[in-house]
Amino acid sequence: MSELSVNHLLGIKYLNKADIKLIFETADQFKEVINRPIKKVPSLRDITIANLFFENSTRTKLSFELAEKRLSADVINFSAAQSSVKKGETLIDTVNNILSMKVDMVVMRHPSPGAGIFLSKHINASIVNAGDGAHEHPTQALLDSYSIREALGSVKDKNVVIVGDILHSRVALSNIYALKLQGANVMVCGPKTLLPKYIKDLGVEVETNLRKALNWCDVANMLRVQNERMDISYFPSTREYAQQFGINKTLLDSLDKKITIMHPGPINRGVEITSDVADSNQSIILNQVENGVAIRMAVIYLLASKIRK
Amino acid sequence: MSQRVLLNSKEVNIILHRLACQLIENHNDFSNTALIGLQPRGKFLASRLAKILKEDYKIKNLNYGDLDITFFRDDFRRGDKPLEANQTNINFIVEDKNVVFVDDVLYTGRSIRAALTAIQSFGRPNHIELLTLIDRRFSRHLPIQPDYRGRQVDAINKEKVIVNWKENEGEDVVYLINK
Repeated sequence: MSELSVNHLLGIKYLNKADIKLIFETADQFKEVINRPIKKVPSLRDITIANLFFENSTRTKLSFELAEKRLSADVINFSAAQSSVKKGETLIDTVNNILSMKVDMVVMRHPSPGAGIFLSKHINASIVNAGDGAHEHPTQALLDSYSIREALGSVKDKNVVIVGDILHSRVALSNIYALKLQGANVMVCGPKTLLPKYIKDLGVEVETNLRKALNWCDVANMLRVQNERMDISYFPSTREYAQQFGINKTLLDSLDKKITIMHPGPINRGVEITSDVADSNQSIILNQVENGVAIRMAVIYLLASKIRK
Repeated sequence: MSQRVLLNSKEVNIILHRLACQLIENHNDFSNTALIGLQPRGKFLASRLAKILKEDYKIKNLNYGDLDITFFRDDFRRGDKPLEANQTNINFIVEDKNVVFVDDVLYTGRSIRAALTAIQSFGRPNHIELLTLIDRRFSRHLPIQPDYRGRQVDAINKEKVIVNWKENEGEDVVYLINK
């Protein structure tokens, strides 16, 4: 019988192919569970999970919390804005204080890349990385691949283009790892200033012409421009960005084939994607959100099953 | 390790027909009854019974599904290996229905306890019964007994009962294995 090769979900980089397969197969069962009249199972009734959000989040936090509650875990929430972090407490102190209250698992979002890896070396609890700076966002990449698998049957050999702010995006990096691991062809597309220098070393193709990229792909994953992480100007104006790298209905309809549109959210309507594309039948954005709960249930369930009594 | 045959294919077939007749006796035309096979092994028995009821006894409109109880088990994190989930296929609501759980071997009764909780996600049944092919007497951990039983056996704890099905293992046969 199979189990995950890791005790923490710190990034897709640390997973193997079998792990992803196991997570997807478990998520299939949880997707059935969350579509039942009663959407809750008692598996994790003796597990306590702390959601530590040192950075703002709405959907990821809600999605994790819902997943934990559907598994019957006890949940405590923490956000940095109203905490002792503001008073100068270190990360390890904050987490150790929380763990003294007998917490089995920590779901953490943190603005510093590698925060989860650092924590995993110092504390005795399973850690799920819910986004660490511009590094990784593994559950998002898993739910993206899962949604592609659901929409197109499989991920292998599919052409996927990730469009937008690759430089500041943890979603992009995790997605590249996850897609390559499953045998997809990956391309990144965006303004040169937002493409990291050695991105090709990850085995992806680079394109700066959106139309060419869209004509090549089966799936386009449109990323948000992360203004909050930009300390300098990377492109002349939002309007110019939208014209060059935004997808609209006219562009979508003029392509050679019907492609699938994804977006990790939150959407800047009218910038990277227009409303008529986001709400079109080629978009699977809301399926991604639904799948997010099933994927997170699967990840938490599989990690929790490795916590010994 | 030694093994002996408890039931051969002919005996299994006779028992299946008897169980089907006993079900008909209590459930008439099955209009308000649902047969629920418990995953992973109960589904073979349930689908075989459903086939006999439909083909040999002309029962129409039989509600029949598979229930996975993995997430409702009480031994999560207690064994060496993680519990692997199977598919649940129940495309009807069991509210006010007479549910019959179908499983191949009744041993400690813990799976049935989990199934009693799991089925509540699909509504509040009017009545729940239990059908098992093999009832391992004297090994129950919980006060659970079958309403319909194929064969009762006295097996000690280090013995194991294995049920093989034609669809899956190529032959209908029940073994008692001494480990």
